[in-house]
Amino acid sequence: MSLVETFFNWSVFMASLPALLEGLWITVLLGVVSIAAGMVSGLFMALARLYGASPIRFLARTYIDTLRSIPLLVLLVLVYYALPFVGIRLSSFTSAALAISLVSCAYTAEIFRAGIEAIPKGQFEAADAIGLGFFSSMRYVILPQAFRIVVPPLTSNCINVLKDTALASVVAMPDLLKQATQAQALAANPTPLIGAAVLYLLLLLPLVRLVSYFESRHRKNTR
Amino acid sequence: MQALIQIQKLRKAYGTVDVLHDIDLDIRSGEVVVVVGPSGSGKSTLIRCINSLEEYQSGIVLVAGLKVEKGPELAKVRTEVGMVFQSFNLFPHLTAHGNVALGPLRVLKSNKKDADAKAQELLVKVGMAEHAHKYPAQLSGGQQQRVAIARALAMEPKVILFDEPTSALDPEMVGEVLDVMQNLAKTGVTMVIVTHEMGFARRVADRIIFMEAGRIVEQGEPQEFFHAPREARTQAFLKAILQH
Repeated sequence: MSLVETFFNWSVFMASLPALLEGLWITVLLGVVSIAAGMVSGLFMALARLYGASPIRFLARTYIDTLRSIPLLVLLVLVYYALPFVGIRLSSFTSAALAISLVSCAYTAEIFRAGIEAIPKGQFEAADAIGLGFFSSMRYVILPQAFRIVVPPLTSNCINVLKDTALASVVAMPDLLKQATQAQALAANPTPLIGAAVLYLLLLLPLVRLVSYFESRHRKNTR
Repeated sequence: MQALIQIQKLRKAYGTVDVLHDIDLDIRSGEVVVVVGPSGSGKSTLIRCINSLEEYQSGIVLVAGLKVEKGPELAKVRTEVGMVFQSFNLFPHLTAHGNVALGPLRVLKSNKKDADAKAQELLVKVGMAEHAHKYPAQLSGGQQQRVAIARALAMEPKVILFDEPTSALDPEMVGEVLDVMQNLAKTGVTMVIVTHEMGFARRVADRIIFMEAGRIVEQGEPQEFFHAPREARTQAFLKAILQH
């Protein structure tokens, strides 16, 4: 068997394509859900970490440190295989979305915190001086500026989350990688794996370019 | 009549270093008070205690009878006290118009139409109407500071604090900001101004306060203050700054 027939077998590829596309859809869905959940919870986690009463700050810091330290795969396995022992049985999609979101929340919180801390003190004082309360200051003055600063690292985090969804195949999620390994087993040919890799690249390369674009624009604006 | 701003036995320290010692000061409604003194004398700290941008250790600060301290009344105090900063502190993501309209819109809860009308009117007043759509980064320092004055006025405060409003400006822009402030003084709004502009102080102030090392050393009307200062330290200060 030639190299081309082994790795780039057209008929095997076409046969596995529907399954791969189904997997891609699940991967994107899982990515979008986890990114959205992680971002919203991360914002509140950052506010709790910065401005909460001291026990809340302590809890937020502990959460962030812990979730940044634990390997995602370990957390995922804990959620999917350990929680059933206490009667909590989650579907593979829910388990994966939960584990990825929990970790993404911690990383996003650190990104937002850095963004908020980069806003000059004078902006907070000016907001205070015209009588804006805490939430109005955040909503109308601080966060709109912080968001602009954190767009590049936030996009970068989105890429990591999308890549991390591949770990979900471990808990029997029919995502892109899982579909590819199954198709490979079925066809006794690795072409579907190559196909999956290409699909990952098609999904993520534009995002990687986007981060570079945001970064160069940010450099220009802050010069 | 009760003074608009009442300060009694105000003491403020950073760690073990006292920056304000037992300050007593009353400011009447409509009065224009200029605070002068060497750097580090506590001038800025004093006026920042009037809207609680600085917390103080002891004493009392009242604005229109409201106690200035962290607590439920602080929001009310801050709508009564406007502030203009040395570094402008305009909101860079909002246009000049957006900066001025934000307070009426989000604090006074005016409707959009009223907030826009007020912002427009105030930008006319400070001579910035034709720049209303521009962002702070597109404006010169003097223009930014005039917008900042309009932003403070938009809250219709009882008093406006000016913290060295011309110190960060190029010399040729100082005049336009002082002109706006001088016109403002004529309208009867209460103003407390920290500045090094002695000519302005002489023309506009009802009262001049000289501070040194966290104390009020001397105060009086401009005529008396500049021509017949009583304290030796005031005389030395005036001699040093006026001889050029």
